[in-house]
Amino acid sequence: MSDPLVFHFDVDGENFTSAGQASTQVKKNLRQIGLSPDIIRRVSIAMYEGEINMVIHASGGVADVTVTEEYVEIVLKDKGPGIESVERAMQEGFSTATDSIRSLGFGAGMGLPNMRRYTDSMEIDTVVGVGTTITMRVNL
Amino acid sequence: MALPDGSREINGVYIGDLLSWVMGRAQMDNAWITIMSNVNVIAVASLADTSCVILAEGVEMTEDLVQTACEKDVNILRISQPAYETALLLSQLIS
Repeated sequence: MSDPLVFHFDVDGENFTSAGQASTQVKKNLRQIGLSPDIIRRVSIAMYEGEINMVIHASGGVADVTVTEEYVEIVLKDKGPGIESVERAMQEGFSTATDSIRSLGFGAGMGLPNMRRYTDSMEIDTVVGVGTTITMRVNL
Repeated sequence: MALPDGSREINGVYIGDLLSWVMGRAQMDNAWITIMSNVNVIAVASLADTSCVILAEGVEMTEDLVQTACEKDVNILRISQPAYETALLLSQLIS
């Protein structure tokens, strides 16, 4: 069995217009590996939603993507405010984004639900005032 | 108009302006009709793998937007008609 591939990214929390750079790079990398378009799309969407969340809510963070023969794992880690109620955050339409974020077309309250929808597993480890780590897997 | 990936085919249409909603619901190879024109639209189109973005209602297509679209291989077009009429036109073309 070959060694897993690992990609690491710093997600810049200041620059909203360039948000998605890490996801876009992952998409390119997965294409080069030769994964199927459907898998690439699911990983890209889930990661982009997470990346946007880190920019909107947590002033950035780090993203680690691991590709094994069985799955693609995305770990997103931030030192943001944490999620007060994961249950509410997982509801479609629930959002704490500001009006200026909404005017850009974000803040529809679909981020976390989309991440769950497009992955095979998702774990949220969050502490209010400390930060959030989200681990998602898409099985190959 | 910029078509950096001009050989793509359109299999259907998705209309929407809420980016996460589009990410969740648009299908691969859909033409995406929107009135949103900030650069995040390009990232969404790229990652959701839509075949193109169509800015409806004559929404302004900035140089910045076109440049980003070319960098990310996202086809982008602009039309003066509203979304519904645009979708009807596409329906005739792809049926």
